[in-house]
Amino acid sequence: MTASALARHFDAIVIGASAGGVAALRAVLRMLPADLPVPVLIVIHLPRDRPSSISEVLDGDCALPVREAIDKQPLLPGTVTFAPPDYHLLVEDRDTLALSVDEPVLFSRPAIDPLFESAADTFGERLLAVLLTGASSDGSQGIAAVREHGGTAWIQQPADAVAPLMPASALAHAGADAVLTLQALCQRLAEFHP
Amino acid sequence: MSEGALFDLELGVLLEAVYRRYHYDFRQYAVSSLRRRVRQAMGRFDCPRVADLQHRLLHEPDLFAQAMQYFTVQVSEMFRDPDYFRVLREQVVPVLRTYPSSKIWVAGCSTGEEVWSLAIVLHEEGLLDRTLIYATDINPEALAAAEAGVYDISRMAQFSRSYHLAGGRASLADYYSTAYNGALFDRRLKRQVVFADHSLATDNVFSEVHLVSCRNVLIYFNRGLQDRAVGLFREALVHRGFLGLGSKESLQFGAHADAFEPCAREQRLYRKLA
Repeated sequence: MTASALARHFDAIVIGASAGGVAALRAVLRMLPADLPVPVLIVIHLPRDRPSSISEVLDGDCALPVREAIDKQPLLPGTVTFAPPDYHLLVEDRDTLALSVDEPVLFSRPAIDPLFESAADTFGERLLAVLLTGASSDGSQGIAAVREHGGTAWIQQPADAVAPLMPASALAHAGADAVLTLQALCQRLAEFHP
Repeated sequence: MSEGALFDLELGVLLEAVYRRYHYDFRQYAVSSLRRRVRQAMGRFDCPRVADLQHRLLHEPDLFAQAMQYFTVQVSEMFRDPDYFRVLREQVVPVLRTYPSSKIWVAGCSTGEEVWSLAIVLHEEGLLDRTLIYATDINPEALAAAEAGVYDISRMAQFSRSYHLAGGRASLADYYSTAYNGALFDRRLKRQVVFADHSLATDNVFSEVHLVSCRNVLIYFNRGLQDRAVGLFREALVHRGFLGLGSKESLQFGAHADAFEPCAREQRLYRKLA
């Protein structure tokens, strides 16, 4: 898929990561162009009982503003939003985020599945979902939902991931539209211009 | 029409049916979490389509009572976000002290963990006897659990840690007795608590209050219903009354943003301006 094709195809990007995810996300966020025409929403598994500094830590690595989500915040193109600790992050509609304190999924809150599923409900085939390294099977249901709704799933090649379980589990459960090394995945995202 | 659009259409019809049959109004709940929980209910009750769930809910009131656990979320803990309770002690308690008696409304109290937490704070500050706490929720089972004040003993270690971080002056264990793996909280703490059925979607203000604590309830509402609920709080609060929200909730995107000022920004404690 060529660069302009990316922007023609997608209205939002969702990313899920767990063990080993900070370094992988840093690599991804570094490659996002400053004129990215879509919003980026991210869940990384976090300890539930303390504040997270992930958005501040990665803000300096990204040409776009990186923030932690607040309930019913407008969903804006060219912004990167992280799920806060102890809340699930959801897409309420094309213009709005939502949070929930529904039960943890596979012991995690935030979890990747609720984000991917709600984004798939809203954006359908206009969604790009990216699943990175992790030692959990969270994200598998989410990737399945994205693909059922006609969206596109890129999954990090398990052998290339610090923790291969999460991408391998999603691949086995739902397949993918592309299985990529982190480097190749970053390269594709870098070509994402309007 | 896409499968997703059809699902949403059926979901809307189901919520309308539930409202007309049982007078519970979920029509303005945040759709992103409703979809997820209705799908869970469909799995639990073995209903392949939303319409099947609707049929069963309409014809089986007992099933609807069970399904309430899916429509309303009961996730609560004692002294969740300890800093919130610390600022209540530091900033709200001194103001409550200036009144001969005061009233607090815990809106959407679910299974009551926060009500008992507040009662402990007020007790330690010597204010419990002259404070009335209204603990309201729409879910009768949750309200019954709130009033019972029995929580799983396995949760006490976490609650105790939060209690101390929140500025607790004694030991949380002083406030409960244990039996059958349950921690039963001291009955004296609820002498001043009124547990009542109240819907932020359909009911109105019932009393003037000095503090509204409504945490992680508004996240389940869409913006329209959030505006209604905050409007009720605004109406209920006395001049310069306090409003406490969940740590990731904000008034800034709603219709009443200008009616309040932040009092402790990080802890989401607001004060009514006029």
